[in-house]
Amino acid sequence: MMDLDKIERDLMREVSGVTGIPEGAYNFRVNGKSIGRQSSEKINIVPKTEKSGIDIYIADNTHQEIVHIPVIISASGLKEAVYNDFYVGDNCEVTIVAGCGIYNCGTDDSIHDGIHVFHVGKNSKVYYIEKHCGIGPGAGKILNPTTKVDLGENSYAEMLLEQIKGVDSTRRMTEADLAKNAHLVVKERLFTHGKQSAESEIVARLNGQDSSADIVSRAVAQDFSAQNFRSHIIGAAKCRGHSECDAIIMDKARVNAEPALEALNVDAELIHEAAIGKIANEQLTKLMTLGLSRRQAEAQIINGFLK
Amino acid sequence: MLQVKGVSFKGILKGISFDVRPGELVVITGPNGSGKSTLAKIIAGVEKSDAGEIIFKDEDIVKKDCTERARMGLAFSFQQPVRFKGLTVRDLLKIAASGSEAFLDNEMKEVDGYLKKVGLEPALYLDREVNASLSGGELKRIEIASVLARDAVLSIFDEPEAGIDIWSFDNLVKMFKDMRKKNPKRAIVIISHQERIMKIADRIILLENGEISAHGTPEQMMARIGGGLK
Repeated sequence: MMDLDKIERDLMREVSGVTGIPEGAYNFRVNGKSIGRQSSEKINIVPKTEKSGIDIYIADNTHQEIVHIPVIISASGLKEAVYNDFYVGDNCEVTIVAGCGIYNCGTDDSIHDGIHVFHVGKNSKVYYIEKHCGIGPGAGKILNPTTKVDLGENSYAEMLLEQIKGVDSTRRMTEADLAKNAHLVVKERLFTHGKQSAESEIVARLNGQDSSADIVSRAVAQDFSAQNFRSHIIGAAKCRGHSECDAIIMDKARVNAEPALEALNVDAELIHEAAIGKIANEQLTKLMTLGLSRRQAEAQIINGFLK
Repeated sequence: MLQVKGVSFKGILKGISFDVRPGELVVITGPNGSGKSTLAKIIAGVEKSDAGEIIFKDEDIVKKDCTERARMGLAFSFQQPVRFKGLTVRDLLKIAASGSEAFLDNEMKEVDGYLKKVGLEPALYLDREVNASLSGGELKRIEIASVLARDAVLSIFDEPEAGIDIWSFDNLVKMFKDMRKKNPKRAIVIISHQERIMKIADRIILLENGEISAHGTPEQMMARIGGGLK
């Protein structure tokens, strides 16, 4: 597919599910360049001129379309900051599959800073899937995603943000502003191992009446890795906000979670929960009584937890 | 197939000895606090005894952990079902049905039948997460289904009736009868307070204060237990 070598093809599939030319609009970025781009009738992808990245214009009333915009880095030492802006019209229902995979077998760090800004029109629904992973025996694979969402009236965004493995360090920033009756669901899944570090900050400003945000972070920290979570929900109107950070800590890892709530309105209903703990012994025991070894049981529990 | 010899545990169990033969359904009963649950957990490998031998299939399994015992064909149904985060009913039953070798080979078997046996409609439950979103009764039935899926040589059920409310109790009794009929060479041990379960047993063992105070057939034992146990 498109002159990619096997490693690049495997990475592409891992982070975006893409194995050939997908239907609908797409932009494939490999080693700093777009190697394939296609707009559709209602989704127009325009490269930016003053900086790296693309503008994606989704016309009003676009329904059931998927845009694929995966990024692969296989050249060691490549560092890039890519800015993608999504302008989603009114009354749309679209899915955006992003994702970035880094393969590094060299001695210099490879870094991808992805800044995605969404402007979501009235009554629209956006499903956003972003998977990150790093492979290769070489130096750093660093992925720093920034995701900003501006949700218009009556709109809905569901974001699945996954870091599955191999990312040496990440600073993740997710920010949302919600207008009247807008709803946001964020599912973050983070897995760190070795000596990796991950920092994640999520800020949701519930500005409009009857807006709501449900933010759930599930993380597993193994070996000597370190994770830091900060979430901040600000309820500036009659609204509902829920922030949950659930982490499994193993071996000699460190996890720090700081959920914060700020209510600026008497009708703001805000809840935060944070729980950090090792894998529950009883869960391990139950799976072991089903014939799994302790290791296998751990793997099953972690897989289920991060699904 | 199972010989428990002189098993003791911290003063809760004092020198327990009994046998279970192939094809038998043995019920262990007794007042609360008599050590029944502890005994079941010790046989399953979930707890470690202080003294004694446990011979299963001609091997002393005292030093074997619960994984090894499970792989030898011993299955255990917890009194309090375990809740997970993210594992679905399908996941749990597939793990149970596959056994460790098949799991490593990534072979999976169909699991719908086990849910039907415990009175749950597969389409409604397979994709549910095994967590607090399920009622106590549903979790208990899924727990029992996970043991049925093991198709074990020796199945131990710790108070299977606890939490069963919606599903009629008769179905639970029928399920045990069917288990026996299907596999006449296997054995079942049930920790129970329920008269209707005791009535289908081949033998009943009465545990009181950590010791076996009596044992015999249901006819012999019912007279002794009388109205003392429901």
